[in-house]
Amino acid sequence: MPHSASLKKSPRLDKWISIAGNGRVLIHTGKVDIGQRISTALALIAAEELDVDISRIDIARTETGIDPDEGITSGSNSMEEAGNAVRAAAATARRHLLSLAADALGVDVSTLEISNGLIQSRNTNRAITYAELIADKGFEIDVDPEAPLKEPKSYGIIGKPVVTRGLKEIVTGQPYFVQDMKMPGMLHARIVRPPHYKARLTGLDPTVESRLAEGGFEIVQDGSFLAVSCADEFAAVKAAQKLFETSDWDLGGGLESQDVYKRLTANERLSLPVVEGVPQKKAVEPLGPPPTNAKATLSARYEKPYLMHGSIGPSAAIALAEGDKLKVWCHSQGVYVLRASLAEALGMEIENLFIVHVPGSGCYGHNGADDAAVDAALIALKLPGRPILLKWTREDEHAWEPYASCMAMDLTASIDSDGKVIAWSQDTYSDTFGMRPRPEAGGAGPARLLPMQYRKDAVKPLVPQPNMSRHSGLHRNLDPLYCFESKRLTKNLVRNLPLRTSALRTLGAFANVFAIESFVDELAEESGIDPVAFRLKHLKDQRAKDVLQAAADKLGWGSDVSDGRGHGIAFAQYKNIQAYAAVAVELEVNDKAEVILHRVALAGDAGQIVDQAGLTAQYEGGFLQAASWTLYEEVTFDQTGITSRDWESYPILRFDNIPEIDTVLINRPNERFLGAGEAVSGPTAGAISNAIYMATGLRLRRLPFTPDMIRAAALQ
Amino acid sequence: MPKISLKVNGKNFTVECDPATPLLYVLRNQLDLVGAKLGCGLEQCGACAVLVDGEDALTCVRAASEFEGTEITTVEGLAEGGRLSPLQQAFLEEGAAQCGYCTAGLVVAATALLEKNSKPDPGEIRDALQEHLCRCGSHLRVLKAIDRVVDGGA
Repeated sequence: MPHSASLKKSPRLDKWISIAGNGRVLIHTGKVDIGQRISTALALIAAEELDVDISRIDIARTETGIDPDEGITSGSNSMEEAGNAVRAAAATARRHLLSLAADALGVDVSTLEISNGLIQSRNTNRAITYAELIADKGFEIDVDPEAPLKEPKSYGIIGKPVVTRGLKEIVTGQPYFVQDMKMPGMLHARIVRPPHYKARLTGLDPTVESRLAEGGFEIVQDGSFLAVSCADEFAAVKAAQKLFETSDWDLGGGLESQDVYKRLTANERLSLPVVEGVPQKKAVEPLGPPPTNAKATLSARYEKPYLMHGSIGPSAAIALAEGDKLKVWCHSQGVYVLRASLAEALGMEIENLFIVHVPGSGCYGHNGADDAAVDAALIALKLPGRPILLKWTREDEHAWEPYASCMAMDLTASIDSDGKVIAWSQDTYSDTFGMRPRPEAGGAGPARLLPMQYRKDAVKPLVPQPNMSRHSGLHRNLDPLYCFESKRLTKNLVRNLPLRTSALRTLGAFANVFAIESFVDELAEESGIDPVAFRLKHLKDQRAKDVLQAAADKLGWGSDVSDGRGHGIAFAQYKNIQAYAAVAVELEVNDKAEVILHRVALAGDAGQIVDQAGLTAQYEGGFLQAASWTLYEEVTFDQTGITSRDWESYPILRFDNIPEIDTVLINRPNERFLGAGEAVSGPTAGAISNAIYMATGLRLRRLPFTPDMIRAAALQ
Repeated sequence: MPKISLKVNGKNFTVECDPATPLLYVLRNQLDLVGAKLGCGLEQCGACAVLVDGEDALTCVRAASEFEGTEITTVEGLAEGGRLSPLQQAFLEEGAAQCGYCTAGLVVAATALLEKNSKPDPGEIRDALQEHLCRCGSHLRVLKAIDRVVDGGA
C-alpha cells in the first residue's frame, strides 16, 4: 500500500480510530461527506478490516484540532487518501487487538478468531471484546501502512448492499444540515451585498439605520461588508432588503462585459507547455507545419462558458465568538486550510479558532461555503457571546460564488493514410481554478476569502499563478490517454477576465475532454473509421479499452438508430490515473431544437469496488450533472453585474429530460481504489456532442447546446 | 405580534409572528420542523414543499397566515409511529439522494401524486416532479424509488 500523505501527517492510530466502552467504533477522518457517500465507504472499509458490524461504526464530524488533517475534500481523492488511510489504520488496529487478546487469554494468536468485535480462541471457551482490550487506554501506536489486509475474496461486508449514512435522517426531515442547527440565544443574519463585484458602499440611510437599531437589529458594517442580524429570521431578511434599497453604492464603472471568448485569446496570459500532464517552465513551441506523411489536417476551436456550482441550498454557517476564541460550524471542504487562512485574515492565534464540518447542500467544489463561514465569523466577532446563523440567499449564491472559468480549446491534428493520428496539438485558455482559501505566501489565503475584499482594510484580489501539478487546474486531462505520435499541449492561464473563478468539479477536465472527444470523432470521420474502432486503435491500456467496449456494447453501438436520433460515445481516464469512464448516449433533437436524452450506457472502472451502489450513484449523478452543464447552463452578465441570479435565468436539468441509464462497473479486486466522482463529466459532454452530430449533421463546438445554439448552427 | 393558528402533522399550533412571514420560516424556526428546506425563497426549486390538504405546496413565499384552516403535513409527518412511509422506505432502499437537500421536497411531491393517483404512468411522475430541482443528479434514483412503490402497489 502506498504511504499516504494523510498518514504522514497523522501517523498515530488513535487519531483515526477509537473504541468506546460500549463497543462502538469511532472513525476519524479529514475527508468530509459532501453527499458523495465517503462516510458510507469509510464505514464499510473499517467494518471489514476490523470485523465489526457496520451498525457499530460511527464516523466523526471533522473538527480542527481533533480529526486528521487531510487537506481539502476534492479531486476525487477521498477514497485514495482517506480510504487507504482508514484501511491501514483498521488493519493495524485489528493486528494489535489480536496480539493484546492473545496475551490476555494466554493463547497463541493463530488460534484466535474475530466475530463482530469479539475475539475468541478456538482452543478455549474464553473470549474478550475489543472494548475490554482497548477502550480505557487507546492504542498508543502508529498506523503501520504495511499491516496485512484482508483478501478481497474473504470479504463479508464490502460488496453487500448498505443503506447510505444520513439518508434516514434526510428522508424523515431530521436536523442534518448546518442550515438546520439551532443554538440558545442564536441570531439569524443576512449579508447586504453590493450590486456587483466592483461596487462599494458609500453610505447608509441614517433614518433606516436608527429605526433598525431601535427595532433590536444589529447592523455590522466594515467598509463595504454590510450585514444585519436579529433573533427572527424573516425580520433579518426584510431588514437586509431595506438596507440594500436605501444604501448608496459607488458602481465603479460596472463589469467589463465584452465577449469573453475574444478576451480568452486577447488578454494577457501565461503560456506553458504541458508534457505528460505536467506544465513545464519553458517557452511554448509554435505550432509547426503538418508532418509530410499527413493525409489530412484538421483544426477546430471548442468553447465553454462560465458555469456555476448552483448548490440547491444556499451556503450557511454558524459562528460564535467567546473571549479570545472563535468557533465556526460550516460546510467547508477543507476545515484546516480555512482555519489557517481565517486566522491569518483576522490576526488570531490559530489555536483560538475552531472549525467544525457540518453537512451542507451538495457543493461540487469551491462554492460559497468558505465565504459564508467568514461572513458568519466577521459578524460573530462584532456580537460576542451570540451564536450567529448566517445564510446566503439564492441571489448571493448565484451571483457571488466563484464560478468555473469560461474556456477555449484550439485543436489541430493530422492523420496519416491508415487513420493514425500522427500529430496532435491543443491550446487551452482559461482563468484559474485555484482560488480555494489555502494559506500561502504573500497573504494569499485571506485574499481568497470574498469578505476580505470588501472590508475597510480590503485585501487586494490575488493575481492567479499557474498550477504546476500533474493534471491539475486548467490543464487537467489536457493530455489525452490516446497514443498519438506527437503531442503539443499548452496551458494558457488568462488574466483580467471579468468574473470570480475557482474550483468546480473536474476543474479543466470537463472542457478539455469535451474538446478532445469531439475532435477525435471529427478525425475518425475524416479517416472513415468508426469512432469506437478509432479510439480502440489509439489506446494501449486494456482497462481503458474494456470500459469503452462495455459502454458501446451496452448501448448497442452500430445498431440502427431511428430518424432524428443519434448515438455518440466518449471516453477518458480522470487525470490519466484515476477512474476510467466511457459514456454512450442515444438522443434526439426534436422539432423545437431541444435535445432529448433517451438512453445512456455508462461504463466505469474505479479499481476495487467498495460500495457498488455508491459508485453507481457517482457515475449516474456525474453524468446527469454534466448533461445539465452541456445542455442548459451558462452564467450571464453585463455591465450591471451577474444577470443569471436565480433558477429562471440559470436553468438546469429537470425531470423531463432524464434518460434511462445502464451503468456497467468493472470490478478489479486487489487493484487500488480510484476516485470516481469526476470521471464521467468530460466524456458526457463529448458523447452528447457526438450524438447531436450523428442526429443532425451539426458539429456544435460551443456549450451549452441550447435550442438557440442549435438553430444558430443550423443556419450557418 | 398577531397570532396564527396552524394545523401541522395532525396537531394544532398557535404561533405569534409577523403575518407576512412565509410558512417555511414558521415551520423551521417556531415549530422546529426543519425537513422542508430554504432553497431559493422564490418558489423556483421545490426544496420547501409540504403537503397542504394533500397537495404539493411551496412554503418559502406565501405567508403563514394564508395556511390557516388547512391541513399541513411536512416530511416529518409522513412516518407513522416511527414507521417510514412506503415512499420514505423506497427512497432509503434506492439510495435516492446524494446531498439530500432537495429530498424532502421530492418525497412530499411524490406523496401528493400517489395520494391522487396510485398508478401514475412515467410521464405523470415526471410531470409531478418537474418543478423540483436536484443538483446532484439523483433524478433516476428518485424515479426508481417511486416506481418501487407504484409497482409494489403500496
